[in-house]
Amino acid sequence: MNGWTGRPAPGGPGAGERGTGGPDGLGEDYLDGNALAGPLSEVFLIDMTSARGRCDSCGAVSAIAEARLYVNAPAMVLRCPSCSGVLLRVRRDGGQAVLDLRGFSYLTIDLG
Amino acid sequence: MSSAWHIVDVVAVQEETATARTIGLRFPLPVRSLPGQHLDLRLTAPDGYQAVRSYSVASASPPDTLEITVEELPDGEVSPYLVRKLAVGDQLEVRGPVGGWFVWRPEDASPVQLIAGGSGVVPLMAMVRAHDQARHPAPFRLLYSVRDPESVYYRQELESLAGSSSGLAVDYVYTRRAPAGRPVGRLDARILASSVFGPEADPAVFICGATGFVETVSGWLVDSGYPPERIKTERYGGMGGTG
Amino acid sequence: MGIISSGFQGRRNRDDPGLPPGQHRAEDFPVLSAGPTPRIARADWEFRIVTETGTSRHWDWAAFLALPQEDITADIHCVTSWSKLGTHWRGVALDTLFDQIETTARFSLVHSYGGYTTNVPLADLLGGKAWIVHQFNGADLPSEHGGPARLLVPHLYFWKSAKWVRGLELTGEEIPGFWETNGYHAHGDPWREERYG
Ligand SMILES: Cc1cc2nc3c(=O)[nH]c(=O)nc-3n(C[C@H](O)[C@H](O)[C@H](O)COP(=O)(O)OP(=O)(O)OC[C@H]3O[C@@H](n4cnc5c(N)ncnc54)[C@H](O)[C@@H]3O)c2cc1C
Ligand SMILES: [Zn+2]
Repeated sequence: MNGWTGRPAPGGPGAGERGTGGPDGLGEDYLDGNALAGPLSEVFLIDMTSARGRCDSCGAVSAIAEARLYVNAPAMVLRCPSCSGVLLRVRRDGGQAVLDLRGFSYLTIDLG
Repeated sequence: MSSAWHIVDVVAVQEETATARTIGLRFPLPVRSLPGQHLDLRLTAPDGYQAVRSYSVASASPPDTLEITVEELPDGEVSPYLVRKLAVGDQLEVRGPVGGWFVWRPEDASPVQLIAGGSGVVPLMAMVRAHDQARHPAPFRLLYSVRDPESVYYRQELESLAGSSSGLAVDYVYTRRAPAGRPVGRLDARILASSVFGPEADPAVFICGATGFVETVSGWLVDSGYPPERIKTERYGGMGGTG
Repeated sequence: MGIISSGFQGRRNRDDPGLPPGQHRAEDFPVLSAGPTPRIARADWEFRIVTETGTSRHWDWAAFLALPQEDITADIHCVTSWSKLGTHWRGVALDTLFDQIETTARFSLVHSYGGYTTNVPLADLLGGKAWIVHQFNGADLPSEHGGPARLLVPHLYFWKSAKWVRGLELTGEEIPGFWETNGYHAHGDPWREERYG
Protein backbone atom coordinates (compact mmCIF):
# COMPACT_ATOMS: atom_id res chain seq x y z
CA MET A 1 0.00 0.00 0.00
CA ASN A 2 3.05 2.21 -0.20
CA GLY A 3 2.62 4.30 2.88
CA TRP A 4 -1.13 4.66 3.06
CA THR A 5 -2.36 4.03 6.51
CA GLY A 6 -5.95 3.79 5.45
CA ARG A 7 -6.61 6.25 8.27
CA PRO A 8 -6.80 9.98 7.98
CA ALA A 9 -3.43 10.62 9.51
CA PRO A 10 -3.73 13.27 12.19
CA GLY A 11 -0.05 13.29 11.76
CA GLY A 12 2.50 14.27 9.31
CA PRO A 13 3.75 13.45 5.94
CA GLY A 14 3.70 9.77 5.19
CA ALA A 15 6.95 7.92 5.41
CA GLY A 16 9.37 8.05 2.54
CA GLU A 17 8.25 11.28 1.01
CA ARG A 18 10.33 13.93 -0.58
CA GLY A 19 11.62 16.85 1.40
CA THR A 20 9.59 19.99 1.52
CA GLY A 21 12.25 22.60 0.94
CA GLY A 22 11.56 24.25 -2.37
CA PRO A 23 14.04 23.68 -5.16
CA ASP A 24 13.31 27.28 -6.05
CA GLY A 25 14.61 28.32 -2.65
CA LEU A 26 11.16 29.43 -1.58
CA GLY A 27 10.32 28.61 1.99
CA GLU A 28 6.96 28.10 3.54
CA ASP A 29 4.66 30.83 4.75
CA TYR A 30 3.88 30.06 8.36
CA LEU A 31 3.90 31.83 11.70
CA ASP A 32 5.23 30.90 15.11
CA GLY A 33 2.83 29.27 17.54
CA ASN A 34 2.98 32.58 19.44
CA ALA A 35 0.25 33.80 17.14
CA LEU A 36 -2.13 31.28 18.74
CA ALA A 37 -2.02 33.27 21.99
CA GLY A 38 -5.10 35.29 21.05
CA PRO A 39 -7.36 32.49 19.84
CA LEU A 40 -6.39 30.28 22.79
CA SER A 41 -6.93 33.14 25.25
CA GLU A 42 -10.62 32.86 24.48
CA VAL A 43 -10.61 29.28 25.72
CA PHE A 44 -7.95 29.09 28.44
CA LEU A 45 -7.39 31.36 31.42
CA ILE A 46 -3.60 31.20 31.29
CA ASP A 47 -1.26 31.67 28.37
CA MET A 48 -1.10 28.31 26.61
CA THR A 49 1.61 29.22 24.12
CA SER A 50 4.27 28.61 26.78
CA ALA A 51 2.90 25.12 27.47
CA ARG A 52 5.22 22.37 26.28
CA GLY A 53 3.77 19.45 24.40
CA ARG A 54 4.98 16.08 23.25
CA CYS A 55 4.33 15.31 19.59
CA ASP A 56 2.39 12.08 19.33
CA SER A 57 3.96 11.32 15.93
CA CYS A 58 7.69 11.70 16.68
CA GLY A 59 8.03 12.30 20.41
CA ALA A 60 9.70 15.71 20.15
CA VAL A 61 8.83 18.11 22.95
CA SER A 62 8.38 21.81 22.18
CA ALA A 63 6.45 24.82 23.39
CA ILE A 64 3.31 25.66 21.45
CA ALA A 65 4.99 29.02 20.76
CA GLU A 66 7.87 27.25 19.00
CA ALA A 67 5.77 25.13 16.68
CA ARG A 68 4.75 26.18 13.16
CA LEU A 69 1.36 27.74 12.66
CA TYR A 70 -0.39 27.69 9.29
CA VAL A 71 -3.17 30.25 9.15
CA ASN A 72 -4.19 30.37 5.48
CA ALA A 73 -6.48 27.39 5.83
CA PRO A 74 -10.02 26.48 6.90
CA ALA A 75 -8.70 26.21 10.47
CA MET A 76 -5.42 27.25 12.11
CA VAL A 77 -3.11 24.24 11.99
CA LEU A 78 -0.14 23.90 14.36
CA ARG A 79 2.60 21.52 13.23
CA CYS A 80 5.53 19.89 15.01
CA PRO A 81 8.83 21.70 14.28
CA SER A 82 10.62 18.34 14.10
CA CYS A 83 8.37 16.12 11.96
CA SER A 84 5.66 18.57 10.80
CA GLY A 85 2.94 16.28 12.12
CA VAL A 86 -0.27 18.05 13.08
CA LEU A 87 -0.30 18.99 16.79
CA LEU A 88 -3.38 21.14 17.10
CA ARG A 89 -6.20 22.57 15.04
CA VAL A 90 -8.48 25.37 16.11
CA ARG A 91 -11.21 27.26 14.33
CA ARG A 92 -14.11 29.48 15.08
CA ASP A 93 -17.60 28.31 14.19
CA GLY A 94 -20.00 31.11 15.05
CA GLY A 95 -20.00 31.34 18.83
CA GLN A 96 -17.96 28.17 19.29
CA ALA A 97 -14.30 27.29 19.22
CA VAL A 98 -13.52 23.87 17.77
CA LEU A 99 -10.23 22.68 19.25
CA ASP A 100 -8.49 19.45 18.23
CA LEU A 101 -5.47 18.60 20.37
CA ARG A 102 -5.00 15.03 19.36
CA GLY A 103 -1.52 15.49 17.91
CA PHE A 104 -0.14 15.92 21.44
CA SER A 105 0.42 12.91 23.66
CA TYR A 106 0.46 15.39 26.55
CA LEU A 107 0.92 19.05 27.42
CA THR A 108 2.90 20.36 30.39
CA ILE A 109 1.42 23.61 31.65
CA ASP A 110 3.25 25.86 34.10
CA LEU A 111 0.81 26.91 36.81
CA GLY A 112 3.24 29.45 38.25
CA MET B 1 -16.13 34.09 24.79
CA SER B 2 -16.51 37.52 23.29
CA SER B 3 -15.36 38.91 26.65
CA ALA B 4 -11.85 38.46 25.26
CA TRP B 5 -12.51 41.38 22.89
CA HIS B 6 -12.29 44.99 24.08
CA ILE B 7 -13.45 48.07 22.29
CA VAL B 8 -10.62 50.56 22.24
CA ASP B 9 -10.46 54.20 21.12
CA VAL B 10 -7.94 55.41 18.61
CA VAL B 11 -6.41 58.36 20.50
CA ALA B 12 -3.36 59.13 18.37
CA VAL B 13 -1.95 58.45 14.94
CA GLN B 14 1.55 59.45 13.94
CA GLU B 15 3.43 58.85 10.70
CA GLU B 16 6.47 56.76 11.54
CA THR B 17 7.80 56.53 7.96
CA ALA B 18 6.25 57.08 4.53
CA THR B 19 4.60 53.66 4.78
CA ALA B 20 4.15 53.08 8.49
CA ARG B 21 2.16 54.63 11.23
CA THR B 22 2.10 54.43 15.01
CA ILE B 23 -1.40 54.21 16.46
CA GLY B 24 -2.34 54.89 20.08
CA LEU B 25 -5.17 52.74 21.45
CA ARG B 26 -6.95 53.58 24.70
CA PHE B 27 -8.49 50.66 26.56
CA PRO B 28 -11.65 50.89 28.67
CA LEU B 29 -9.68 49.66 31.70
CA PRO B 30 -6.08 49.86 32.85
CA VAL B 31 -3.99 47.53 30.69
CA ARG B 32 -0.63 45.91 31.34
CA SER B 33 1.62 44.47 28.71
CA LEU B 34 4.87 42.53 28.79
CA PRO B 35 7.56 43.63 26.34
CA GLY B 36 7.18 41.45 23.22
CA GLN B 37 3.46 40.76 23.49
CA HIS B 38 0.97 41.44 20.71
CA LEU B 39 -2.66 42.35 20.17
CA ASP B 40 -5.17 40.85 17.79
CA LEU B 41 -7.23 43.47 15.95
CA ARG B 42 -10.62 42.65 14.50
CA LEU B 43 -12.13 44.82 11.79
CA THR B 44 -15.75 44.57 10.73
CA ALA B 45 -16.92 45.96 7.39
CA PRO B 46 -20.39 47.52 7.09
CA ASP B 47 -21.74 44.27 5.59
CA GLY B 48 -20.45 42.16 8.47
CA TYR B 49 -17.27 40.81 6.87
CA GLN B 50 -14.53 40.46 9.48
CA ALA B 51 -10.74 40.26 9.37
CA VAL B 52 -8.37 39.63 12.28
CA ARG B 53 -4.65 40.51 12.28
CA SER B 54 -1.95 40.56 14.95
CA TYR B 55 0.16 43.63 15.87
CA SER B 56 2.97 43.79 18.38
CA VAL B 57 2.77 46.29 21.20
CA ALA B 58 5.40 48.98 20.62
CA SER B 59 5.00 50.85 23.88
CA ALA B 60 2.69 51.43 26.79
CA SER B 61 1.49 54.74 28.18
CA PRO B 62 0.06 53.77 31.55
CA PRO B 63 -2.50 53.30 32.74
CA ASP B 64 -4.70 52.52 29.76
CA THR B 65 -2.99 53.24 26.43
CA LEU B 66 -0.85 51.06 24.17
CA GLU B 67 0.83 51.93 20.89
CA ILE B 68 1.24 49.73 17.84
CA THR B 69 3.14 50.46 14.63
CA VAL B 70 1.74 49.15 11.37
CA GLU B 71 3.59 48.84 8.06
CA GLU B 72 1.46 49.14 4.94
CA LEU B 73 1.71 46.11 2.66
CA PRO B 74 0.53 47.53 -0.69
CA ASP B 75 -1.72 44.61 -1.56
CA GLY B 76 -2.74 43.89 2.00
CA GLU B 77 -6.31 43.65 3.16
CA VAL B 78 -5.99 45.25 6.59
CA SER B 79 -2.74 47.22 6.85
CA PRO B 80 -3.57 49.85 4.17
CA TYR B 81 -6.76 50.62 6.06
CA LEU B 82 -4.89 51.03 9.35
CA VAL B 83 -2.12 53.14 7.83
CA ARG B 84 -4.21 55.30 5.46
CA LYS B 85 -7.79 55.48 6.68
CA LEU B 86 -8.07 54.91 10.41
CA ALA B 87 -8.46 58.21 12.26
CA VAL B 88 -8.40 59.53 15.81
CA GLY B 89 -11.85 59.01 17.31
CA ASP B 90 -12.44 55.72 15.55
CA GLN B 91 -12.94 52.57 17.56
CA LEU B 92 -11.50 49.10 17.08
CA GLU B 93 -11.98 45.66 18.58
CA VAL B 94 -8.90 44.27 20.23
CA ARG B 95 -7.95 41.02 21.95
CA GLY B 96 -4.96 41.01 24.29
CA PRO B 97 -2.19 41.87 24.98
CA VAL B 98 -1.41 38.18 24.65
CA GLY B 99 1.60 35.91 24.49
CA GLY B 100 3.96 34.73 27.19
CA TRP B 101 6.82 33.27 25.17
CA PHE B 102 8.26 35.99 22.95
CA VAL B 103 8.69 38.21 25.99
CA TRP B 104 11.72 39.79 27.64
CA ARG B 105 11.62 39.33 31.40
CA PRO B 106 13.71 41.70 33.53
CA GLU B 107 14.37 38.83 35.96
CA ASP B 108 16.72 37.48 33.30
CA ALA B 109 20.12 39.11 33.73
CA SER B 110 21.69 37.78 30.50
CA PRO B 111 22.79 40.01 27.67
CA VAL B 112 20.04 40.45 25.10
CA GLN B 113 20.53 40.33 21.35
CA LEU B 114 17.63 41.72 19.33
CA ILE B 115 17.46 41.16 15.55
CA ALA B 116 14.80 42.96 13.50
CA GLY B 117 13.79 42.82 9.87
CA GLY B 118 11.70 45.86 8.89
CA SER B 119 8.53 46.15 10.97
CA GLY B 120 9.85 43.31 13.12
CA VAL B 121 11.52 46.00 15.20
CA VAL B 122 8.21 46.78 16.91
CA PRO B 123 8.18 44.21 19.76
CA LEU B 124 11.95 44.56 20.11
CA MET B 125 11.47 48.30 20.66
CA ALA B 126 9.05 47.44 23.46
CA MET B 127 11.91 45.46 25.04
CA VAL B 128 14.38 48.30 24.49
CA ARG B 129 11.99 50.74 26.14
CA ALA B 130 11.32 48.45 29.09
CA HIS B 131 15.05 47.92 29.52
CA ASP B 132 15.65 51.65 29.53
CA GLN B 133 12.78 52.45 31.86
CA ALA B 134 13.95 49.84 34.34
CA ARG B 135 17.56 51.07 34.06
CA HIS B 136 18.28 47.41 33.70
CA PRO B 137 21.97 46.44 33.86
CA ALA B 138 21.89 43.75 31.13
CA PRO B 139 23.63 44.87 27.94
CA PHE B 140 21.24 45.13 24.97
CA ARG B 141 22.23 45.00 21.35
CA LEU B 142 19.90 45.57 18.38
CA LEU B 143 20.66 44.55 14.82
CA TYR B 144 18.13 46.25 12.57
CA SER B 145 17.82 45.39 8.88
CA VAL B 146 15.97 48.04 6.83
CA ARG B 147 15.59 49.03 3.21
CA ASP B 148 16.98 52.54 3.55
CA PRO B 149 17.58 55.20 6.20
CA GLU B 150 14.08 56.65 5.77
CA SER B 151 12.49 53.33 6.68
CA VAL B 152 13.93 53.23 10.20
CA TYR B 153 11.21 53.30 12.86
CA TYR B 154 11.73 55.23 16.11
CA ARG B 155 14.91 56.68 14.66
CA GLN B 156 15.48 59.57 17.05
CA GLU B 157 14.66 57.59 20.11
CA LEU B 158 17.01 54.81 19.04
CA GLU B 159 19.75 57.30 18.32
CA SER B 160 19.49 58.97 21.69
CA LEU B 161 19.26 55.66 23.57
CA ALA B 162 22.26 54.26 21.74
CA GLY B 163 24.21 57.44 22.51
CA SER B 164 23.36 57.37 26.20
CA SER B 165 24.52 55.19 29.03
CA SER B 166 21.45 52.98 28.75
CA GLY B 167 23.50 49.97 27.69
CA LEU B 168 22.00 49.76 24.19
CA ALA B 169 24.05 49.38 21.02
CA VAL B 170 22.36 49.54 17.61
CA ASP B 171 23.72 48.23 14.29
CA TYR B 172 21.94 48.86 11.01
CA VAL B 173 21.97 46.82 7.82
CA TYR B 174 20.68 48.77 4.81
CA THR B 175 19.39 46.49 2.10
CA ARG B 176 18.58 49.00 -0.68
CA ARG B 177 20.18 52.34 0.06
CA ALA B 178 22.51 53.43 2.86
CA PRO B 179 23.63 56.75 4.31
CA ALA B 180 26.85 58.07 2.79
CA GLY B 181 29.82 55.93 3.66
CA ARG B 182 27.80 52.92 4.76
CA PRO B 183 27.56 49.63 2.83
CA VAL B 184 24.40 48.51 1.05
CA GLY B 185 23.38 44.89 0.92
CA ARG B 186 21.41 42.13 2.48
CA LEU B 187 22.27 40.71 5.83
CA ASP B 188 24.48 37.66 5.47
CA ALA B 189 26.02 35.21 7.91
CA ARG B 190 29.30 37.13 8.07
CA ILE B 191 27.74 40.52 8.82
CA LEU B 192 25.50 38.81 11.31
CA ALA B 193 28.42 37.23 13.16
CA SER B 194 30.23 40.57 13.39
CA SER B 195 27.21 42.51 14.69
CA VAL B 196 25.82 40.36 17.46
CA PHE B 197 26.93 39.11 20.88
CA GLY B 198 28.94 35.96 20.34
CA PRO B 199 27.70 32.57 21.50
CA GLU B 200 30.17 32.64 24.42
CA ALA B 201 28.25 35.57 25.90
CA ASP B 202 25.20 33.27 25.97
CA PRO B 203 22.76 36.03 24.98
CA ALA B 204 19.01 35.69 25.03
CA VAL B 205 18.17 36.20 21.34
CA PHE B 206 14.91 37.63 19.98
CA ILE B 207 14.37 37.68 16.19
CA CYS B 208 11.34 39.27 14.56
CA GLY B 209 10.27 40.08 11.02
CA ALA B 210 8.89 38.51 7.88
CA THR B 211 8.89 34.71 7.99
CA GLY B 212 11.65 34.40 5.38
CA PHE B 213 13.92 36.75 7.35
CA VAL B 214 13.41 35.01 10.67
CA GLU B 215 13.89 31.61 9.08
CA THR B 216 17.21 32.58 7.51
CA VAL B 217 18.67 34.44 10.47
CA SER B 218 17.74 31.84 13.08
CA GLY B 219 19.27 29.16 10.83
CA TRP B 220 22.58 31.06 10.66
CA LEU B 221 22.67 31.49 14.43
CA VAL B 222 22.02 27.81 15.13
CA ASP B 223 24.72 26.90 12.59
CA SER B 224 27.15 29.19 14.42
CA GLY B 225 26.57 27.43 17.72
CA TYR B 226 23.88 29.46 19.47
CA PRO B 227 21.70 27.01 21.39
CA PRO B 228 18.22 26.86 19.83
CA GLU B 229 16.60 27.19 23.24
CA ARG B 230 18.18 30.66 23.64
CA ILE B 231 16.59 31.89 20.39
CA LYS B 232 13.02 33.12 20.40
CA THR B 233 11.31 34.08 17.19
CA GLU B 234 8.24 36.00 16.03
CA ARG B 235 7.35 35.41 12.38
CA TYR B 236 5.07 38.00 10.82
CA GLY B 237 4.23 35.96 7.71
CA GLY B 238 5.49 36.54 4.22
CA MET B 239 8.56 35.26 2.48
CA GLY B 240 9.86 38.75 1.84
CA GLY B 241 13.56 39.39 2.24
CA THR B 242 15.65 40.83 5.00
CA GLY B 243 13.76 44.03 5.54
CA MET C 1 -21.66 42.58 16.30
CA GLY C 2 -19.04 44.95 17.64
CA ILE C 3 -17.66 48.01 15.97
CA ILE C 4 -18.21 48.72 12.30
CA SER C 5 -15.32 50.33 10.44
CA SER C 6 -17.13 52.20 7.71
CA GLY C 7 -14.04 52.74 5.56
CA PHE C 8 -13.02 49.10 5.71
CA GLN C 9 -14.04 46.90 2.81
CA GLY C 10 -11.73 43.95 2.90
CA ARG C 11 -10.50 42.57 -0.38
CA ARG C 12 -13.85 41.48 -1.68
CA ASN C 13 -16.55 41.73 -4.28
CA ARG C 14 -19.90 40.81 -2.90
CA ASP C 15 -23.56 40.55 -3.91
CA ASP C 16 -22.64 38.53 -6.93
CA PRO C 17 -25.57 36.49 -8.24
CA GLY C 18 -23.18 33.90 -9.68
CA LEU C 19 -21.87 33.08 -6.22
CA PRO C 20 -23.14 30.73 -3.52
CA PRO C 21 -24.30 32.32 -0.26
CA GLY C 22 -21.55 33.86 1.88
CA GLN C 23 -18.94 33.75 -0.90
CA HIS C 24 -17.00 36.64 -2.42
CA ARG C 25 -15.09 36.83 -5.65
CA ALA C 26 -11.30 36.49 -5.65
CA GLU C 27 -9.40 37.95 -8.57
CA ASP C 28 -6.12 36.29 -7.66
CA PHE C 29 -5.81 32.64 -6.72
CA PRO C 30 -5.24 32.48 -2.97
CA VAL C 31 -2.85 29.79 -1.80
CA LEU C 32 -4.27 27.85 1.09
CA SER C 33 -1.75 25.84 3.01
CA ALA C 34 -2.31 23.82 6.13
CA GLY C 35 1.22 22.48 6.05
CA PRO C 36 4.47 22.28 4.16
CA THR C 37 4.20 22.04 0.38
CA PRO C 38 5.33 18.60 -0.81
CA ARG C 39 7.62 18.81 -3.84
CA ILE C 40 7.00 15.72 -5.94
CA ALA C 41 8.99 15.13 -9.11
CA ARG C 42 6.89 13.87 -12.01
CA ALA C 43 9.30 10.95 -12.36
CA ASP C 44 8.34 9.88 -8.84
CA TRP C 45 4.64 10.64 -9.13
CA GLU C 46 2.09 7.90 -9.31
CA PHE C 47 -1.65 7.73 -8.92
CA ARG C 48 -3.41 4.64 -7.69
CA ILE C 49 -6.92 3.45 -7.01
CA VAL C 50 -7.33 0.74 -4.40
CA THR C 51 -10.73 -0.93 -4.23
CA GLU C 52 -12.60 -2.26 -1.21
CA THR C 53 -11.36 -5.76 -2.06
CA GLY C 54 -7.74 -4.60 -2.05
CA THR C 55 -7.11 -4.82 -5.79
CA SER C 56 -5.37 -1.81 -7.17
CA ARG C 57 -4.40 -0.08 -10.38
CA HIS C 58 -1.82 2.58 -10.80
CA TRP C 59 -0.60 5.04 -13.40
CA ASP C 60 2.77 6.69 -13.59
CA TRP C 61 3.13 10.13 -15.17
CA ALA C 62 3.52 8.84 -18.73
CA ALA C 63 0.58 6.45 -18.44
CA PHE C 64 -1.54 9.21 -16.93
CA LEU C 65 -0.73 11.63 -19.76
CA ALA C 66 -1.52 8.91 -22.32
CA LEU C 67 -5.14 8.82 -21.14
CA PRO C 68 -7.73 11.00 -22.92
CA GLN C 69 -7.31 14.60 -21.71
CA GLU C 70 -10.17 17.02 -21.16
CA ASP C 71 -10.30 20.81 -20.84
CA ILE C 72 -12.49 21.96 -18.01
CA THR C 73 -13.84 25.42 -17.22
CA ALA C 74 -15.36 25.66 -13.79
CA ASP C 75 -16.17 27.96 -10.86
CA ILE C 76 -14.45 27.03 -7.63
CA HIS C 77 -15.58 27.85 -4.11
CA CYS C 78 -13.33 27.80 -1.06
CA VAL C 79 -14.84 27.33 2.40
CA THR C 80 -12.77 30.30 3.63
CA SER C 81 -15.32 32.27 1.56
CA TRP C 82 -13.62 33.17 -1.71
CA SER C 83 -14.82 31.95 -5.09
CA LYS C 84 -13.04 32.11 -8.39
CA LEU C 85 -15.14 32.01 -11.53
CA GLY C 86 -14.32 30.52 -14.90
CA THR C 87 -11.06 28.77 -14.03
CA HIS C 88 -9.43 26.65 -16.77
CA TRP C 89 -7.95 23.25 -16.13
CA ARG C 90 -6.69 20.25 -18.11
CA GLY C 91 -6.70 16.68 -16.93
CA VAL C 92 -8.27 13.24 -16.93
CA ALA C 93 -11.87 12.55 -15.91
CA LEU C 94 -12.33 10.18 -13.00
CA ASP C 95 -14.76 8.32 -15.30
CA THR C 96 -11.81 7.48 -17.53
CA LEU C 97 -9.74 6.19 -14.64
CA PHE C 98 -12.67 4.17 -13.32
CA ASP C 99 -13.22 2.46 -16.71
CA GLN C 100 -10.89 -0.27 -15.56
CA ILE C 101 -12.06 -0.52 -11.94
CA GLU C 102 -14.53 -3.06 -10.54
CA THR C 103 -16.18 -1.73 -7.42
CA THR C 104 -19.41 -1.56 -5.49
CA ALA C 105 -17.99 0.91 -2.95
CA ARG C 106 -19.99 4.07 -2.33
CA PHE C 107 -17.26 6.19 -0.80
CA SER C 108 -13.67 7.17 -1.41
CA LEU C 109 -10.94 8.50 0.80
CA VAL C 110 -8.64 10.68 -1.30
CA HIS C 111 -4.95 10.51 -0.32
CA SER C 112 -2.31 13.14 -1.05
CA TYR C 113 1.45 13.37 -0.88
CA GLY C 114 2.13 15.10 2.43
CA GLY C 115 -0.51 13.10 4.29
CA TYR C 116 -3.65 15.11 3.49
CA THR C 117 -6.89 13.18 3.09
CA THR C 118 -10.48 14.03 2.23
CA ASN C 119 -13.56 11.85 1.77
CA VAL C 120 -15.79 12.12 -1.30
CA PRO C 121 -18.74 9.89 -2.22
CA LEU C 122 -18.21 8.08 -5.53
CA ALA C 123 -21.41 9.64 -6.82
CA ASP C 124 -19.64 13.01 -6.66
CA LEU C 125 -16.57 11.76 -8.53
CA LEU C 126 -18.25 10.01 -11.47
CA GLY C 127 -20.60 11.21 -14.21
CA GLY C 128 -18.42 14.04 -15.53
CA LYS C 129 -18.10 15.75 -12.15
CA ALA C 130 -14.45 15.30 -11.22
CA TRP C 131 -10.98 15.20 -12.79
CA ILE C 132 -7.33 14.69 -11.92
CA VAL C 133 -5.86 17.91 -13.34
CA HIS C 134 -2.27 18.82 -14.09
CA GLN C 135 -2.62 22.17 -15.86
CA PHE C 136 -4.09 25.48 -14.75
CA ASN C 137 -4.65 28.30 -17.27
CA GLY C 138 -2.58 26.47 -19.84
CA ALA C 139 0.51 26.00 -17.68
CA ASP C 140 1.77 23.16 -15.52
CA LEU C 141 0.12 23.23 -12.13
CA PRO C 142 2.58 24.84 -9.66
CA SER C 143 3.28 22.92 -6.48
CA GLU C 144 1.64 25.54 -4.24
CA HIS C 145 -1.61 24.89 -6.09
CA GLY C 146 -1.22 21.12 -5.87
CA GLY C 147 1.12 20.12 -8.69
CA PRO C 148 2.12 17.80 -10.23
CA ALA C 149 -1.60 16.92 -10.09
CA ARG C 150 -4.63 17.59 -7.95
CA LEU C 151 -8.18 16.40 -7.76
CA LEU C 152 -10.79 18.83 -9.13
CA VAL C 153 -14.35 18.47 -7.84
CA PRO C 154 -15.66 21.94 -8.60
CA HIS C 155 -19.22 21.40 -7.41
CA LEU C 156 -18.00 20.81 -3.83
CA TYR C 157 -16.04 23.16 -1.54
CA PHE C 158 -12.47 23.34 -2.68
CA TRP C 159 -10.98 21.46 0.28
CA LYS C 160 -12.39 18.36 -1.45
CA SER C 161 -10.20 19.10 -4.50
CA ALA C 162 -7.15 17.59 -2.83
CA LYS C 163 -3.78 19.03 -3.83
CA TRP C 164 -0.80 16.71 -4.53
CA VAL C 165 -3.20 13.83 -5.03
CA ARG C 166 -1.71 10.33 -5.08
CA GLY C 167 -4.69 8.04 -4.99
CA LEU C 168 -8.15 6.95 -3.99
CA GLU C 169 -9.06 4.35 -1.42
CA LEU C 170 -12.56 2.99 -2.11
CA THR C 171 -14.58 2.08 0.96
CA GLY C 172 -18.02 0.80 1.85
CA GLU C 173 -18.21 3.08 4.87
CA GLU C 174 -17.40 6.76 4.80
CA ILE C 175 -14.03 7.49 6.48
CA PRO C 176 -13.69 11.17 7.41
CA GLY C 177 -10.60 12.96 6.07
CA PHE C 178 -8.38 15.77 7.39
CA TRP C 179 -10.93 18.60 7.61
CA GLU C 180 -13.92 16.31 8.00
CA THR C 181 -12.47 15.02 11.31
CA ASN C 182 -12.23 18.65 12.40
CA GLY C 183 -15.98 19.13 12.12
CA TYR C 184 -16.19 20.08 8.46
CA HIS C 185 -19.09 18.68 6.49
CA ALA C 186 -18.73 15.19 5.01
CA HIS C 187 -20.23 16.33 1.70
CA GLY C 188 -19.44 20.06 1.33
CA ASP C 189 -21.90 21.50 -1.20
CA PRO C 190 -21.32 25.29 -1.32
CA TRP C 191 -24.81 26.02 -2.65
CA ARG C 192 -26.25 24.38 0.47
CA GLU C 193 -23.54 25.95 2.62
CA GLU C 194 -22.45 22.52 3.82
CA ARG C 195 -19.49 23.92 5.72
CA TYR C 196 -19.72 22.23 9.08
CA GLY C 197 -20.95 18.74 9.83
C1 LIG D 1 2.38 37.96 16.29
C2 LIG D 1 2.39 38.92 15.12
C3 LIG D 1 2.70 40.26 15.33
C4 LIG D 1 2.71 41.15 14.27
N1 LIG D 1 3.06 42.45 14.51
C5 LIG D 1 3.09 43.34 13.48
C6 LIG D 1 3.48 44.71 13.72
O1 LIG D 1 3.83 45.10 14.84
N2 LIG D 1 3.47 45.56 12.66
C7 LIG D 1 3.12 45.16 11.40
O2 LIG D 1 3.11 46.00 10.49
N3 LIG D 1 2.75 43.88 11.16
C8 LIG D 1 2.72 42.97 12.17
N4 LIG D 1 2.34 41.66 11.92
C9 LIG D 1 1.84 41.30 10.57
C10 LIG D 1 0.35 41.63 10.52
O3 LIG D 1 -0.38 40.75 11.39
C11 LIG D 1 -0.26 41.43 9.12
O4 LIG D 1 0.10 40.17 8.61
C12 LIG D 1 0.18 42.50 8.15
O5 LIG D 1 -0.24 43.78 8.63
C13 LIG D 1 -0.43 42.25 6.78
O6 LIG D 1 -1.83 42.24 6.87
P1 LIG D 1 -2.72 42.63 5.61
O7 LIG D 1 -4.13 42.29 5.91
O8 LIG D 1 -2.43 44.04 5.22
O9 LIG D 1 -2.15 41.72 4.45
P2 LIG D 1 -2.82 40.36 3.89
O10 LIG D 1 -3.96 40.71 3.03
O11 LIG D 1 -3.05 39.47 5.05
O12 LIG D 1 -1.66 39.79 2.98
C14 LIG D 1 -0.34 40.00 3.36
C15 LIG D 1 0.57 38.88 2.92
O13 LIG D 1 1.87 39.30 3.28
C16 LIG D 1 2.42 38.48 4.28
N5 LIG D 1 3.09 39.33 5.29
C17 LIG D 1 2.68 39.66 6.53
N6 LIG D 1 3.58 40.43 7.15
C18 LIG D 1 4.61 40.60 6.28
C19 LIG D 1 5.84 41.29 6.34
N7 LIG D 1 6.24 41.97 7.42
N8 LIG D 1 6.63 41.28 5.25
C20 LIG D 1 6.28 40.61 4.15
N9 LIG D 1 5.13 39.92 4.04
C21 LIG D 1 4.30 39.91 5.08
C22 LIG D 1 1.30 37.66 4.85
O14 LIG D 1 1.76 36.37 5.22
C23 LIG D 1 0.33 37.59 3.68
O15 LIG D 1 0.68 36.53 2.84
C24 LIG D 1 2.36 40.73 12.96
C25 LIG D 1 2.03 39.39 12.76
C26 LIG D 1 2.05 38.48 13.81
C27 LIG D 1 1.71 37.05 13.55
ZN1 LIG E 1 6.77 15.53 15.67
